[in-house]
Amino acid sequence: MSMPDKDISTRKLSYLMAIREAMQEEMRRDKNVILFGEDVERHGGGFGVSKELWEEFGDQQVRNMPISENCMAGLALGAAMTGCRPILEFMFMDFSALAIDQICNEAAKIHYMYGGQTNAPIVYRCPQGGLSYKSAGAHHSQSLEAWYVHVPGLKVVFPGTPYDAKGLLKAAICDPNPVVFIEHKALYNNEGIVPEDEYIIPLGKADVKRTGSSITVIAYGYMLQFALEAAEKLMPEGIDVEIIDPRTLNPFDEECFFESVRKTHRVVLIQEACRTGGVTAEWGMRIEEECFDWLDAPIVRVAGEDVPIPYAQSLEEKVWPNISKIIAAIKNVCYFN
Amino acid sequence: MTLDKNKHADFYKSMLRIRRFEETAIEAFSAGKIPGFIHSYIGEEAIASGVCGALEPGDLITGTHRGHGHCLAKGMRMDRMMAELYGKATGYNKGKGGSMHISDFSCGVLGCNGIVAGGIGLATGAAWGNQLQGNSRVVACFFGDGAMNRGSFHEAVNMASIWSLPVVYVVEANGWGISFSTRNAINLVDLSERAKAYGIPGVSVDGYDVMAVYEAAKAAIERARRGEGPSMVVCNAPRMRGHEEGDPQTYRPKDDIDKAKKNDPIKRYSEFLVAQSILSKDELKAIKQQVEEEVAQAIKFADESPYPNPEEALQDLFVEEK
Ligand SMILES: Cc1ncc(C[n+]2csc(CCOP(=O)(O)OP(=O)(O)O)c2C)c(N)n1
Repeated sequence: MSMPDKDISTRKLSYLMAIREAMQEEMRRDKNVILFGEDVERHGGGFGVSKELWEEFGDQQVRNMPISENCMAGLALGAAMTGCRPILEFMFMDFSALAIDQICNEAAKIHYMYGGQTNAPIVYRCPQGGLSYKSAGAHHSQSLEAWYVHVPGLKVVFPGTPYDAKGLLKAAICDPNPVVFIEHKALYNNEGIVPEDEYIIPLGKADVKRTGSSITVIAYGYMLQFALEAAEKLMPEGIDVEIIDPRTLNPFDEECFFESVRKTHRVVLIQEACRTGGVTAEWGMRIEEECFDWLDAPIVRVAGEDVPIPYAQSLEEKVWPNISKIIAAIKNVCYFN
Repeated sequence: MTLDKNKHADFYKSMLRIRRFEETAIEAFSAGKIPGFIHSYIGEEAIASGVCGALEPGDLITGTHRGHGHCLAKGMRMDRMMAELYGKATGYNKGKGGSMHISDFSCGVLGCNGIVAGGIGLATGAAWGNQLQGNSRVVACFFGDGAMNRGSFHEAVNMASIWSLPVVYVVEANGWGISFSTRNAINLVDLSERAKAYGIPGVSVDGYDVMAVYEAAKAAIERARRGEGPSMVVCNAPRMRGHEEGDPQTYRPKDDIDKAKKNDPIKRYSEFLVAQSILSKDELKAIKQQVEEEVAQAIKFADESPYPNPEEALQDLFVEEK
């Protein structure tokens, strides 16, 4: 498949529609691509991402599941081992916790543990996060990417734009390995350019979302929006921010990080998830290991607070990163000497 | 079973408190005063009222995402509940929980829960704790028919059965798990047949009929208190509204909704009470008046209460050593 030039296409699509279109194209191409999860038939899933697919593809390819998350992940694995390419939609990523045994103990290890005899081409679609998706409470707002990044054998993908969502999901469906595909709920309605021509974005490749010379900011998911806004606000101060979106969290494109850091010498890492044990800790360490001599300032993280997500908006706002926290961190690093 | 007049008055009041709380919360939700989700208990009032009416004050319950009714029937205050839904500092959870997590542990509510079937294991554990400590408390565990398909349901009921734990599994069978009908999700007409698989008693009752629920729950609770083990009470109560407020229910046949609404359990019960001369129209009116005052107070309290201080977000993570 060729890579169309997104600059010459003008078609706008929401993040939600981009995800649906990726599924639709792959389901048309291969009837072994099956989609299942809670309420995916007439209801189109919890957020309507899967709407119209049951009407087009019927029970053979789209199936409602009883509320049995652990077994759903088991079904995905068994079906994958016998020739299907399952897409398992979790209603909220929080509920993937109930399926983690089949994902992490079985699917993630199946190729390695059986000496390469079998494999698990599965996509687990996981809507997560909070922010403009407010007051969903402690069981419907978490950011759990670090749980899965910590398991060897799983790929973890998290698009921040409609263009990336479509291209990465197509790659994930075609990938012969299990892929945790994270969708940010607050991005579903965001629009962006998505060319009509088919394209695929390889997993494991970061994207420089903004070139700059003063500092490297690595941000993903919804945090990418905040980083881009912060960068515009800092321009008048003469701070020229380079923004890297890793897009795939595991395996992540460390070479892209290093290249940018060797240019800017300063780094801020951003995650919505709570701080401790987050993916940015790993990235910071890798940068330190590889680029220590190039760094002019300590690496700084902006992250969620280490608490469950509270309900009241005054409390939620305290817990999540925001643009002013990001601007403050960038300034701290840029003015460090 | 003949019940005395006071018991009927209690049931009516309990059901009406739930109905009016929910209607008022839905209004506030539509007006943007309540954020997040509301899964209303409208149509299921007879279940929590009948079951909690058969519990002793020291007994325990676990609720669900559709848990306002469980809390009210167990005796929680409307004002602090409404404040929690508003996300106010005076709410039961200090604004940290919201609709799906609202709870008062001092009232015997061991948590409402955003995870479907999230309460079944812990209810069973609470029953085990009661047994180990040699007290006579019983646990009533509420959950939906959809939750019966979670593995934790199976694991919990089996354990309760092998150790004769004092717990009653109350299935709130509204016929749906969001858009997936129970008819298609479970291959049984009578859900109580599942009890047989675990070697425990199971009955199905009309979940719109508070007296039928009460009678079945009372037998199950007394059995549990005697140390004879768990039971399952399936309460069939077709869902009167959408899964959550704002659910257009496009997946659901219209006559299924209409049929449920026509059978409104509160309307049916109040007509029964008057027709049987158990309570007069005036007596019902007086109860209504009390409930209206409580609702009005609750809204006032919620409106006037402050939002939590942002710093409070970082409190309560661990128990502080005193
Ligand atoms: C483990 C888990 N899976 C999925 C959901 C999303 N969800 C919320 S309510 C619900 C339906 C529950 O059906 P049921 O148990 O019958 O209760 P009802 O809502 O009908 O009262 C679902 C699937 C959830 N909250 N938790």
